[in-house]
Parts: sequence; structure tokens; C-alpha cells
Amino acid sequence: MSSDSAHVAGLAHHFEDLGQQHEAARLGMWAFLATEVMFFGGLFTGYAVYRYLYPEAFHLGSHHLNVWLGGTNTCVLIGSSLTMALAIREAQLGRKSMQVPFLVVTMLLGLVFLAIKSVEYHEKWVDHLMPGPGFDVTQFGEEGPHVRIFISFYFVMTGLHALHMIIGIGILAWVARRAARGEFTPEHHNALEISGLYWHFVDVVWIFLFPLLYLIGRHA
Amino acid sequence: MSGKDTSAHVVPLKVYLTIFGLLLFGTALTVAVAFQDLGPLNTVAALAIAGGKALLVVLWFMHVKYSSRLTWVFAAAGVAWLVLMIGLTMADFETRF
Repeated sequence: MSSDSAHVAGLAHHFEDLGQQHEAARLGMWAFLATEVMFFGGLFTGYAVYRYLYPEAFHLGSHHLNVWLGGTNTCVLIGSSLTMALAIREAQLGRKSMQVPFLVVTMLLGLVFLAIKSVEYHEKWVDHLMPGPGFDVTQFGEEGPHVRIFISFYFVMTGLHALHMIIGIGILAWVARRAARGEFTPEHHNALEISGLYWHFVDVVWIFLFPLLYLIGRHA
Repeated sequence: MSGKDTSAHVVPLKVYLTIFGLLLFGTALTVAVAFQDLGPLNTVAALAIAGGKALLVVLWFMHVKYSSRLTWVFAAAGVAWLVLMIGLTMADFETRF
């Protein structure tokens, strides 16, 4: 049995067959993503507590975020998730020519997201809303210190998310290089698939961050 | 093991594009709803729409719909612990102060 499996391309010796290897790769990635949920979860929990304690300050702070830039970025990330899924689909179908273009578009959309994000960060800097000594508490009256808490959550949560985007673009660059060498076949493209899981996860985090940070009390 | 493996399942292009369209629609919907005064229901609506969008991504883009039961358990475990953490924490704040 082991002598047979040794001849299967891409099969590591400690797996029975490619199916088992694929299942193990996918489960391992989901276990990692569960730890990522807890990683971001601590911040979401902190956010929930402080929003419960200072609802008015969270309204005030949220109104200083740019809904249109945040909304555009949501659409950009959704688009990148589509192209990521399509890149994997090309590998499943055994088509090599379109894997790299879809991955490159995915990375470019990731860069567009980061560019828009940096424009937003710059706006906060100009408005003296960057946490730290430059933060102007006086512009919010008595709620000032509490608005600073909201803005701090905004920067840490979106910053951690942006860090995941940067890592994700790096991973996709590595995967695109392997795709360019024609390494991914319908039977074996685990690296491509679990990189996609990571990318989609980062998209899901943003799907929650957008309404929770940008859209509080907008009707008022 | 290989019998349960579903890596061969190829999602039709039309399905991916439909999911993409629904996600864009959900984004527009969550912005539109946020500008209506629904009282405390604004937060509920925002979370419900985000949850629905997340489910679309997880089930179709992340292929969980076509994955083994064990993958479902792994994916659900993260969410279950998150709900526990936030649920118990907020129950504490709601009753203590």
C-alpha cells in the first residue's frame, strides 16, 4: 500500500490517499480559523461591553467614520472573495491558465482595500482622532474620553484586520507563484484551497466590522 | 476516508455569481436599514444581515455546504464559543449594574 501511495503526486507519506490528506488539510485550517474567531472575539466582546456602557459616545464616534469609503471597501472585499473562489474553481477544473490572473486580481483588490483604509486613517489623523497624544477630547464635550474608547476599538479592530489582509496578500503571492508553475491539479490543490479559506475568513470579519463600526445610530 | 471526500465538487459559476450579487445586495441593505430609525432593532437588523452574509460566504465560498460533517463541527465550534463568551459577558453586565 505504501509503495503505491509513494507514486501519487503530492501525497505525503503519512496519509493513506489524497482524499484523506485533503480532509486533514481542510480540518486543520478550520481549527486554526476557530482560534482566529477567538482572537477577534476578544475584541468584539470588549466592543460589546463598552458600547453597552457608553452608547452615546459610540454614536458620536461612529458618525466620524466615512460610510461611503467603508461601504466601498466592503464591496471590494466581496469582489476579492469571488475572484478567490474562482481561482480555486479553475484548479478544480484542471485549467491552469486562469488561476494566476484570478489570484492577481484578488491581491489587487486587497491592495485597493488597504489603500482606501489608509485614506480613512489619514482623515482621522487630520481630524485629531488618532488615539494617542494627538487625540482632541475636547471636540466631544463630556463624552470625549468615551469617544476615545470607541476610536481605539476602531483602530485596533480595523488595524488587526488590515494586518490579516497584508499577511493574506503575502500568502496569495506565494500561492500564485506555485500556480504559475502549474502545481495545482484537480486532485491536489490543498495549499490554494486553505489559503482561500483564510482570505474568505478575513472577508467575514469585515462583514461584521463594517456595520458595527460605521453604521451606529446613523438615522439620528 | 476518500469516499467522504468532496474536493471534487465544483460549484457552478452561476451559483458563485448569485452569491456575489446577494452579498452586494446585503451590503446596500445594511446601509439603507441603518439610516432608518428602528430603535434597538437597528442593531438587531445589522447583526442579522451581517450573519446572513457571513453564512453565504461560509457555506458557498468556503465550501462548507459541500464539506464533511466533521468540517461543520469545526466551523460551528468557533462560533459556539464566541456566542458563549459574548453571551455570558453581556448577561453579567445586564444583571450586575
